[in-house]
Amino acid sequence: MTKTLFEKIWNSHIVVERENEPSLIYIDRHLVHEVTSPQAFDGLRVNHRKVRRPDLTVATIDHNVPTTDRSLPMIDETSSTQIKTLEKNCKDFGIKLFGINDPNQGIVHVIGPQLGITLPGSTIVCGDSHTSTQGAFGAFAFGIGTSEVEHTLATQTLWLEKPKTFEILATGKRKNSFAVTSKDIILSIIKKIGTDGGTGHVLEYRGDAISDLSMEQRMTICNMSIEAGSRAGLIAPDEKTFDYLNNRQYTPKNYNDLIDDWKNNLMSDTNSKFDKSFTIDVEKIEPQVSWGTNPAMVSNITGKIPTPEEFGQNNEIQIQSAKKALAYMNLESETPIMEIPIDRVFIGSCTNARLEDLIDAATIVKGKVVNPNVSAMVVPGSQMVKLEAEKLGLDKIFKDANFEWRESGCSMCLGMNPDILKPGERCASTSNRNFEGRQGSGGQTHLVSPVMAASAAIAGHFVDVREWS
Amino acid sequence: MKPFSKIISIITPFDKANVDTDQIIPKQFLKLIVKSGFGKFLFYDWRFDHEGQPKNDFILNDPTYKDSKILVTNENFGCGSSREHAVWALKDFGFNVIISPSFADIFYSNCFKNGVLPIILDIKNIKKLLKIKDEVELDLNSQKIIFGDEFINFEIDSHRKIRLLEGLDDIDLTLNENEKIQNFEKNSPIVSIFE
Repeated sequence: MTKTLFEKIWNSHIVVERENEPSLIYIDRHLVHEVTSPQAFDGLRVNHRKVRRPDLTVATIDHNVPTTDRSLPMIDETSSTQIKTLEKNCKDFGIKLFGINDPNQGIVHVIGPQLGITLPGSTIVCGDSHTSTQGAFGAFAFGIGTSEVEHTLATQTLWLEKPKTFEILATGKRKNSFAVTSKDIILSIIKKIGTDGGTGHVLEYRGDAISDLSMEQRMTICNMSIEAGSRAGLIAPDEKTFDYLNNRQYTPKNYNDLIDDWKNNLMSDTNSKFDKSFTIDVEKIEPQVSWGTNPAMVSNITGKIPTPEEFGQNNEIQIQSAKKALAYMNLESETPIMEIPIDRVFIGSCTNARLEDLIDAATIVKGKVVNPNVSAMVVPGSQMVKLEAEKLGLDKIFKDANFEWRESGCSMCLGMNPDILKPGERCASTSNRNFEGRQGSGGQTHLVSPVMAASAAIAGHFVDVREWS
Repeated sequence: MKPFSKIISIITPFDKANVDTDQIIPKQFLKLIVKSGFGKFLFYDWRFDHEGQPKNDFILNDPTYKDSKILVTNENFGCGSSREHAVWALKDFGFNVIISPSFADIFYSNCFKNGVLPIILDIKNIKKLLKIKDEVELDLNSQKIIFGDEFINFEIDSHRKIRLLEGLDDIDLTLNENEKIQNFEKNSPIVSIFE
């Protein structure tokens, strides 16, 4: 019988399987960060349990680290306590920590692939919903809650109900592959299938338009699977995948043997059956801008903000949601997207703060300056991304244009550190969630790609970046 | 975990769709390193104004629902961030049952780990429950929500039901399978990060 890529990974990780019960699934990689782990380690202590496989577990500090000068003491005492708690927990339980001053520190989903810890065909978990990012390598990677973090630490397994499969077939070729990015592809998909379109399913992104993407672009797509309701999204590995992971700090010694095995196994069989399927032609995709308070509330750059009725299409709940979103965002229907002025720009997050994202944004910014009404910042996804970008002189391009150039972390994607919007501030953000208050209480978020954010910073409002390139 | 027992309570009608976990518990409250005390921060930005004063028009500030243990809401409840703090906050506030046409996957799973019962019902039944003012009886054992002479049946995975009813510890149960885990580790090509 034919099998999908997901089913193959699932089957090779079953520890216990019984009829009409969840299965016990083995976990190959467990990534840990400071926010969702303290209570899990506490649970281990109370019950006198150990971490079963420290050799399959790594930790970093990303959510509430300051992105300013780290030699200074932290002002926020609760953040500082949380960071110290993780440091102690890692020491007590023998877990490798990429701490606040480690050159490998960074957003957990950025450093996994960058260090060669992420592997095709593996199961990867982290107490963070954007773990789906690592599905770009053909892994079953998904976010878990703190109880499941504790369970994984103690047993290296999880009880899971087998998710259904959902094929996302992306065909055609982008008309302008610099200005129309993988962010625009995934936002277009979420716009169509909705924020709960993928609930209970694992997405598999397939087709020429996906093969065409670089690994970093693929990560952006898989990252936002959760915004479509899917705990995980994945892409079959190919030569680009194997090249990306080659010669990294933790690339396995028997890497070439592993590649041979992956090449033979890690793809959905021809004619394999998915529970659901959706096709999108990327040729028709324009740069996207979100206007509302969930990631399905998105418009083309050349479009206008829809009326609640246009958005809701007879669904009363959706119509009410759109009304509430427009009130929160302080926006009127029928306003052209390009006329929305902005106050802040955030280029960062696990969605869009890898080296290629920064290179593309810098291409737009070079030789220009940020609009005087806008304050803009770049927060690299990891210290390694920051270093590589500096080697290319990108920091200078951004700083010359009046962007702030920061240390790495989650930063204003969720504003757990001091990087937040003030009430009423409007931000063009390369992050993943435009929920009410996500970037700061009363802040208004518009999700865009790095090149769209960069061009908006210069212009002071959204522009069609296709005309800039 | 305490075994899940029969619940008699009025319903808090919370007719909102796509309620994300950032709303349920905003990020500034995720820095605690304990599991308790999150209830006072539940729906913080919807419950309180910028001065920290309760907003009178927000339902959870209505004293009518002070002792309610059942929240009835609309589709895609708990979407977004995986933060289990959302469930800790709902439970600490007093909710043991959340009823919705659909839940986000991670939130749904987090509920069971904390003795909170998420129930999925069709829109027609949700609409009915949103209107009920009197107390209802919720019986997990018979999978019924009983009100007056009527009742609604609900579905739940039998495995999860037993775990809730008996208040079983997941990790203990898994450690009973230790031999199978060891066998798996022996027979599978698991690649250590640090070779």
